[in-house]
Amino acid sequence: MTRAFAWIAFALGAIYFFLPLIGTVEFSLRMLRGQYSFEAYRRVLADPRFLDTLGYSVAMAVATIVFGVLLVVPTAFWVRLKMPRIRPLIEFITLLPLVIPAIVIVFGYIRLFNTSSILPLTGSAMGTNVLLMFGYATLALPYMYRAVDTGLRAIDVRTLTEAAQSLGAGWVTILARLILPNVLVAVLSGAFLTFAIVIGEFTMAALLNRPAFGPYMQLLGANRAYEPAALAVIAFAITWACMGLMQLVTRFQKHTRAQR
Amino acid sequence: MTAIAESPAPRVRAARRPSLVWLGVVPFLAFAFLFLLWPTLYIVVAAFRTPQGDWTLANVLGLFQKSILDAYWISIRISLASAALGCLIGLLVAWAVVLGGLPAWLRGPVMTFSGVASNFAGVPLAFAFLATLGRVGLVTILLRDWFGINIYAMGFNILSFWGLTLVYLFFQIPLMILIITPALDGLKREWREAAAILGASGAQYWRLVALPILFPSLLGCFALLFANSFGAVATAFALTGSSLSIVPILLFAQIRGDVLNDPHLGYALAFGMIVVTALANGLYVWLRLRAERWLK
Amino acid sequence: MPFLEIARLEKSFGALRVVRDFNLAIEKGEFVSLLGPSGCGKTTVLRMVAGFEAPDSGTIRIDGQDVLGLRPNQRSIGMVFQAYALFPNLTVAQNVGFGLKVKGTGRAEMDARVDEMLRLIGLPDLGQRYPFQLSGGQQQRVALARALAPKPQVLLLDEPLSALDAKVRVSLRNEIRAIQRDLGITTLFVTHDQEEALSMSDRVVVMNGGLAEQVGDPHEIYNRPATRFVAQFVGTLNVLEAEVTDPAAGRVRLAGQEIALGRPLPPGRASLALRPEVVSLGPAPGRDLRLAGRIAEVHFLGSVIRMRVAVGSDHVSLDAFNRPDAPPPAVGEAVELSVSPRDLLVLEG
Ligand SMILES: Nc1ncnc2c1ncn2[C@@H]1O[C@H](COP(=O)(O)OP(=O)(O)OP(=O)(O)O)[C@@H](O)[C@H]1O
Ligand SMILES: [Mg+2]
Repeated sequence: MTRAFAWIAFALGAIYFFLPLIGTVEFSLRMLRGQYSFEAYRRVLADPRFLDTLGYSVAMAVATIVFGVLLVVPTAFWVRLKMPRIRPLIEFITLLPLVIPAIVIVFGYIRLFNTSSILPLTGSAMGTNVLLMFGYATLALPYMYRAVDTGLRAIDVRTLTEAAQSLGAGWVTILARLILPNVLVAVLSGAFLTFAIVIGEFTMAALLNRPAFGPYMQLLGANRAYEPAALAVIAFAITWACMGLMQLVTRFQKHTRAQR
Repeated sequence: MTAIAESPAPRVRAARRPSLVWLGVVPFLAFAFLFLLWPTLYIVVAAFRTPQGDWTLANVLGLFQKSILDAYWISIRISLASAALGCLIGLLVAWAVVLGGLPAWLRGPVMTFSGVASNFAGVPLAFAFLATLGRVGLVTILLRDWFGINIYAMGFNILSFWGLTLVYLFFQIPLMILIITPALDGLKREWREAAAILGASGAQYWRLVALPILFPSLLGCFALLFANSFGAVATAFALTGSSLSIVPILLFAQIRGDVLNDPHLGYALAFGMIVVTALANGLYVWLRLRAERWLK
Repeated sequence: MPFLEIARLEKSFGALRVVRDFNLAIEKGEFVSLLGPSGCGKTTVLRMVAGFEAPDSGTIRIDGQDVLGLRPNQRSIGMVFQAYALFPNLTVAQNVGFGLKVKGTGRAEMDARVDEMLRLIGLPDLGQRYPFQLSGGQQQRVALARALAPKPQVLLLDEPLSALDAKVRVSLRNEIRAIQRDLGITTLFVTHDQEEALSMSDRVVVMNGGLAEQVGDPHEIYNRPATRFVAQFVGTLNVLEAEVTDPAAGRVRLAGQEIALGRPLPPGRASLALRPEVVSLGPAPGRDLRLAGRIAEVHFLGSVIRMRVAVGSDHVSLDAFNRPDAPPPAVGEAVELSVSPRDLLVLEG
């Protein structure tokens, strides 16, 4: 009885999730009348703006990940080691981006960091890029922090650190040689999630006028019929690759844990 | 002897420089302040200012015009509907996979897929649904050719309340699955068995034990899902351009300078969004505190 | 007629035969323990009685009625789990009243019964607390009250004491036994702690590898183990390998000494077993068998001194009471042990 009901719930869910995917794939192959072809994909790939914007977004994602790791790992480590009492505060802050809509945050950026402010980041292209990266780091903060903090919980930060200190290691050594390798899997899973978020992000990039992949997809969608479906398939594949890699490293971690 | 002589030393050192410990979190707090809190506060304050810098309630009062109130109302309704349905369906699917006796190997793929789908929001999601349920989408055509059902003649529109809710569910349900699964894992087998052996039916177990235990998590999920769809811009924008009047689209257009021509009304719009999500989360915190007398 | 009757029960998980030809008949009001090492299938037997697992074959009858077709919530069984099975969202009183509530018992009757149960377990004032506000021992008492409140026909306990610390464990086991006697409820108790099983039970079932090796009262299990496994699992045991020289007269050669057991033995080799408490150091009345040995280890445990004595290539553990006026023997000292031939167990298999 229970199991039959469970199968029905599962099957309905599967239908809801697979129909749009199948529909998109089918639609993306329809470009040439009366036959299925990869014409839409060919055109997308031939469009120089595709590679430009995708390249831009990949670069942004990588920058965001590097910045996020440098910001989050030492902080999470330090909070666990020295200031466990302010953990609730830090956690509250990291959860805020889930509550404050991204569009509100970027609206604030536009007004705060405009050319007439003390920190005129939007004045130059490079400055705007940096600002966008900070914005992305904000969006990814909840995921990154959660992942790293969970990773740190699994190791005994205090004992490890004290052992290293007793052997004469400095803070940088401890972080780079001891903590980072131990939470590497957690960091990687946070990184893939960040990548998936940044790569297709639309709102912030569009409002900051940056040539990112998200706005490009939107623009194409407004003007073309079949290419957007091909783009959606590509975007889905990218997201899937990120999640697959994430699963893979997590599984790898379980493996090494079990072996210990 | 040496141990006794040495032991006070570290304490003195720690007491002499407590402020240095704070330095470790300064970069993070500075970042959070500059790129999260300050921009938000700036918007909130600006919502109560005139362009000349005087305090005013005019901007906020300006929200109370029919078109804007309607936009808030439809945004709230879509968010409520997609959060409620997302919670319900996500809970059901998670239950089926975790507790419903489905083969154990299904769980991994379902979780990975949920990770993918919950992040597959935004522009491509809109494309996917247009390709599926648009006027020449696969499902639309199949329904028409195979079953003789013309959903568009029946009044279906992907840009309507239900249409958008249906689309949003594509990322809401997986998000729910991801965040409720740990809570379902936390339901101990002993609780279900203890209830059964005491004579409770499955329904009684869920009503009296499982759901009350899950309640705080469910509330949290609901609040999160609500905020998640309330702030979503990209999907709706890619579906419709700026023709659909939901708050985030209105604000998007306002920031771009397309409409309204009153920048401070933009601040008020954004402030309103913060108020709504803050209310949803405040409600969550309040209910959770009430529900959790039995928690440490 | 037995009240709870388990016959020819079989259960496999995949290729693993977890319970094999398990038979047990429990009289009304009897307290029976399942004792065995981890993984031997004790919990599985209990869960089949409760209805959480379906046996592959065999029957389970309660009061003459076959319960295999019944779901757990129809079997009128009370169960106490190892730990943490109280509903965390309900108060103590609500936990205890749960079974009555789901049956639709009226408010007044329920309150009265809950009060009665809370008094029975000695926690009359804690009804409004939540489980997290209780100690482990208190939680298990509440779990017992919850299981007993709907007046079940049979009570099942699955290692209810194993998560508690030693002192609480002892006091609670006496309490559980007293309550069980009071109510006269038929009880099946699972444990891997032999002391618990021996001290609490009317009868003990010693299980190994899914088989019931021996069923008997504690005295019988301890003193007349039926198999080598039972002898070794229950209590401390010294095993000496001997060669039977004269099967009819029961003469064996043991550690180079020829001794007579005074009862017939199977020919060939024999394993002889001795409990530490039946061996004395030096001559003792009624223990005429003498074994020469040398002290190998001495452990002073307070009231008792446990020694290991090398006898030929085997070792014998024995206990002596502490005597304030005499220091314990020294390691390496040559000693003579005395034993009664009656106390020598001959192990088969
Ligand atoms: N649901 C199950 N699926 C597969 N194997 C199981 C299952 N339940 C129990 N087993 C296996 O059956 C064997 C007996 O388990 P059982 O829980 O009955 O042992 P036990 O005697 O209660 O041990 P313990 O003292 O450790 O609780 C074990 O080897 C266990 O791994
Ligand atoms: Mg067990």
